[in-house]
Amino acid sequence: MNAVFLDPRPLQDALRPAGVQAAHIGSLWNLTLGLCAVVFVLVLGACLVALWRAPRAGAGTEPDLSSLSRPERRTWRVIGWSTGLAAAGLLALLAADVWTSRALARLPLRDAVNIELVGHMWWWEARYRDADPSREFSTANELHIPVGRPVVVTLRSNDVIHSLWIPNLQGKKDLIPGRTATLRLRADRAGSYRGQCAEFCGLEHAMMALLVEAEPNDRYEAWAERQRQPAAEPVDAVARRGREVFLGKSCVMCHTISGTTANARFGPDLTHLAGRRTIASGMFPNNRGHLAGWIADPQSLKPGVNMPANNLPPDELQALLAYLETLK
Amino acid sequence: MTLRPYMPAVCLIVLLALYGCEREQRPVKAPPAASGLGDPSYAAAGKVPVSNRYEENAFAVSQGKTWFRAYNCNGCHAAGGGDIGPPLMDAKWRYGSDPGAIYATIAFGRPNGMPAFGQHVPEDQIWQLVAYVRSMSGQLSGSVSPNRSDTLQAAKPENRREKEKPVHEATPAAEH
Repeated sequence: MNAVFLDPRPLQDALRPAGVQAAHIGSLWNLTLGLCAVVFVLVLGACLVALWRAPRAGAGTEPDLSSLSRPERRTWRVIGWSTGLAAAGLLALLAADVWTSRALARLPLRDAVNIELVGHMWWWEARYRDADPSREFSTANELHIPVGRPVVVTLRSNDVIHSLWIPNLQGKKDLIPGRTATLRLRADRAGSYRGQCAEFCGLEHAMMALLVEAEPNDRYEAWAERQRQPAAEPVDAVARRGREVFLGKSCVMCHTISGTTANARFGPDLTHLAGRRTIASGMFPNNRGHLAGWIADPQSLKPGVNMPANNLPPDELQALLAYLETLK
Repeated sequence: MTLRPYMPAVCLIVLLALYGCEREQRPVKAPPAASGLGDPSYAAAGKVPVSNRYEENAFAVSQGKTWFRAYNCNGCHAAGGGDIGPPLMDAKWRYGSDPGAIYATIAFGRPNGMPAFGQHVPEDQIWQLVAYVRSMSGQLSGSVSPNRSDTLQAAKPENRREKEKPVHEATPAAEH
């Protein structure tokens, strides 16, 4: 478990914004925290002063009821001012909230990257849209985005309500079956950011992570160009045998590897599986051992997941792994 | 109202009896092969009715519905209404309507277009599909059949369908 969870960089942190949207949200948070802290200190101070100034009298002293007969203008003034100040503070927060919402909605969208993100139980499917359909491609559980360019994420769900939350970049947005939502974001700082499903969606809700790699535009374009290529033809005999296993067993019922006859869309697209950092939606680092365990018995690693166990003979499993490792 | 002295004991016994009822399990792990779900070779003969214990498990039937969509059964059977393939929500069954016969249909295929999925779909998923296919014509209990769909569905939910009385219909000679 080293790739994602023990990464030394702050991967999932709303207080360290890496984009203009998250910066707006961060400012709103700082303002709210500051204002509420001032109010909290004032209220506590008033309580302490009241305690300090309370008249102390013995048990036998007669109560002083003289104030009942005279008008208490000062008290009413204090109550009026306090109520007015409280209302003004709340209105200020409301105004800041509305202003932040407007700022979030006004991200300039020229030259935007369009990504359609579909929530599944329990993984993310990302389709990179393009005006030219032959340049579209699909990947899973890992977004690459260019630094400084706006990204329009179109959100859909395949089954139940999910919610996308990448704290370093934007606020939450729900993915509701049968509806389409959009989230606009822009990363201003290169880095790896972790996203997470933020709406309980079943057994493995906690294990539905999304890795966002923000990188300079030229590196992003190079990555996208690689993703558009079909899978490389396996060169050695073991990998070719692995492809036969892939196409002859149940893998082909759910997964796509472009350039082969595997074209099913129910599971993640595996065309460039070896280029991804994690498997099982951010649960495990993508290496041969974890992949082998995942193929052989996914229900022990992520109970309830739709991937079935594959009881392959050892030589077929090794060949399959050798083939999957060629899918760079 | 007076509390009769034996009432607490009766309540306790009723509660204990309820506690003893079996709670439905969600079997996420497939049972090992040859689990007694049914022997496909018998089923292939189409003679011996085989029972399918997934027919009493709502989770498994719902998974069957997921596979039905994921494996594009809709492509030919069109949500059970029939298109290139025959409808699955009516009473007519060319190759028998009992679970073993349906298992054989999915695993080994049938003439005139039904492909064999036995090499591609794991055995327990086929049994879940069998349970779901039978729920389409109301053969399962309403407490087990699915009541919601992930997609738009024109027909009534499976758990509210009338139970069709299956009739064995021979393959029409005109169809090749």
